[in-house]
Amino acid sequence: MSSQGSEFKSNSAIVNWIEYRLPVFSFMNGQLNEYPTPKNLNYMWNFGSLAGIVLVIMIATGITLAMHYTAHVDYAFDSVERIMRDVNYGWLIRYIHMNGGSFFFIVVYIHIFRGLYYGSYKAPREILWIIGVFILLAMMATAFMGYVLPWGQMSFWGATVITNLFSAFPIIGESVVEWLWGGFVVDNPTLNRFYALHYLLPFVIVGLVFVHLWALHVHHSNNPTGVEIKNLGEDTIPFHPYYTIKDLFGLGVLLIFFAGFVFYAPNYMGHPDNYIEANPLVTPAHIVPEWYFLPFYAILRAFTADFFLYWPVSWLISAKLAGVLAMFGSILLFVLLPWLDTSRVRSCRYRPVYRYFFWIFLIDCIVLGVVGGKPAEGVWVTIGQIATFWYFFHLVILTPLIGWLETPKPLPESISASVLQDNPAAQPAE
Amino acid sequence: MTMNNKLLSLAAASVVALGLGSSAFAAGDTPTPPKQAWSHAGIFGTFDRGALQRGYQVYKEVCAACHSANLIAFRHLRDIGYSEDQVKAIAATYEVRDGPNDEGEMFTRPGRPSDRLPSPFPNEQAARAANNGAMPPDLSLMVKARAGGADYLYGLLTGYGDAPAGFKLQDGMNYNAYFPGHQIAMAPPLADEAVEYADGTKPTQAQHAKDLTTFLAWTAEPELEARKRMGIKVMLFLLVLTAMLYALKRAIWRDLH
Repeated sequence: MSSQGSEFKSNSAIVNWIEYRLPVFSFMNGQLNEYPTPKNLNYMWNFGSLAGIVLVIMIATGITLAMHYTAHVDYAFDSVERIMRDVNYGWLIRYIHMNGGSFFFIVVYIHIFRGLYYGSYKAPREILWIIGVFILLAMMATAFMGYVLPWGQMSFWGATVITNLFSAFPIIGESVVEWLWGGFVVDNPTLNRFYALHYLLPFVIVGLVFVHLWALHVHHSNNPTGVEIKNLGEDTIPFHPYYTIKDLFGLGVLLIFFAGFVFYAPNYMGHPDNYIEANPLVTPAHIVPEWYFLPFYAILRAFTADFFLYWPVSWLISAKLAGVLAMFGSILLFVLLPWLDTSRVRSCRYRPVYRYFFWIFLIDCIVLGVVGGKPAEGVWVTIGQIATFWYFFHLVILTPLIGWLETPKPLPESISASVLQDNPAAQPAE
Repeated sequence: MTMNNKLLSLAAASVVALGLGSSAFAAGDTPTPPKQAWSHAGIFGTFDRGALQRGYQVYKEVCAACHSANLIAFRHLRDIGYSEDQVKAIAATYEVRDGPNDEGEMFTRPGRPSDRLPSPFPNEQAARAANNGAMPPDLSLMVKARAGGADYLYGLLTGYGDAPAGFKLQDGMNYNAYFPGHQIAMAPPLADEAVEYADGTKPTQAQHAKDLTTFLAWTAEPELEARKRMGIKVMLFLLVLTAMLYALKRAIWRDLH
């Protein structure tokens, strides 16, 4: 395989004319066509490109919706219903956008847990990983503000609850909340700025995705063995056609599930209360965020005055503030993960102890998600607190500790050696 | 990563996708209304046109006394099987307030297909004043705006009864098995023979409830039939496309190891 794009030459005179002035064709050829990719990537590696495609779908449908939406407390709800009823295929575009939000998170969460299992965050990919954490944060802000726009009951009360979190900060808290609202309650100024930011942030995400890909293409993809590429010829294959077709097949599978929800259960992942227009005078029985925020919502609510994780800081801050900090901390902690994980070995394939704790951590996150959807009472409080404890215990204590104590299994010599080992019948391609 | 692990992660993903969705809505101690057989359920579901038109009649003659359905225009009634002329005739039976005219006066005129179904009350205060302080909600989106959807609405409409012994019912409230908290301000709206059907359908309370719920399922999701029809085409297309992409993937990767 030639080095990336250096010998690029086209048969088209026009292409060569442009290439001489702006080497965009050799760049694309190097980064998308010949780009060397580990030959052993499994289907867990599909979800990065899927996330990129879902982002494009969200922006395309979002811009179309913006052409018909009215950001005003008196008209927002009805303008969404007008899209559903009177705009040509408006229902289709809105349902794609609504469910696309959920699918964006499904795909990105799988992408993140793939990174966790195979140690994709480790040197030299720390910055790649940290940009990913920022993408997740930007996605969460975008999704939260997008959910406010239809101006249903959950829109309004979700916005009220979440923005009120900032009031937990001493001294400046109240002023920050009023600054966020642009008034003294969630009202028209809030809706307008959320709309403006909901339109802006996706393009910030696009920018972050470019940097994410840039960092990725410096050291190339990690792979299931976690062993670095040693020999481009033996360990890698060109991105096109091998991974373009594999990603396209993965896209087909994703779209089948996506279309299943859009056409047959479009409101399954939403909340019925959001089809009631926002009413500041009527509080819903249970205010719940969208499903993808539930684990973090559970961490927020776990911090009550009698939660033992709160005791060490109870002399300093309120339980509410501790919950808010823990909720944001639960995501920001991932920035430190490359240094919290002390193991020399990347992939959990060769980490006999940590791999079990990986699965326990995944189950813990799902438990947090279930708890986040339940009313904060009875046994759910206790379960939520234990799961919250485990979340931080896993990241802050277990991850460094196991890295030191665990004896990893022997690593394969190289990617191609591991492929041959798994597949003794296969002959090396010469 | 073994096959088992792959399955596990797939299972975990689907738990997140499917399980959490519903857990968020479980609320209160009210029983889940029994499931009914709806013609519009399922992937091939379509609205029963007879039920839609009877349901519209129930809405018009019973519900519309207190409840608006202000997302529905007369022209939308074309979807439930009325012809253009029938829609014009239906609209013309209503007096609609319009204006101001060139003299600056508001006036009333016969309804047109482009008009929305008129609200029974001019504003929320008038609605509350006429209903013992309670606000009869707009019905356009009711089926989508309640957990349980059509089954819940049918359960509510047929779930009236005497309060069990020891249940303390507030003044002016009615006992309903499926309403959260069991106390509902709305009096039992449907009785046997509440409406006389033109097509000879037996006018039982259950029939009224079923027809009305079908009508309100349509007002909530008028796109349902188009959506499901398109869904079948899209799914078939995607299944064939994905199978072909898989075959192509196998072919491209065959010589590689």
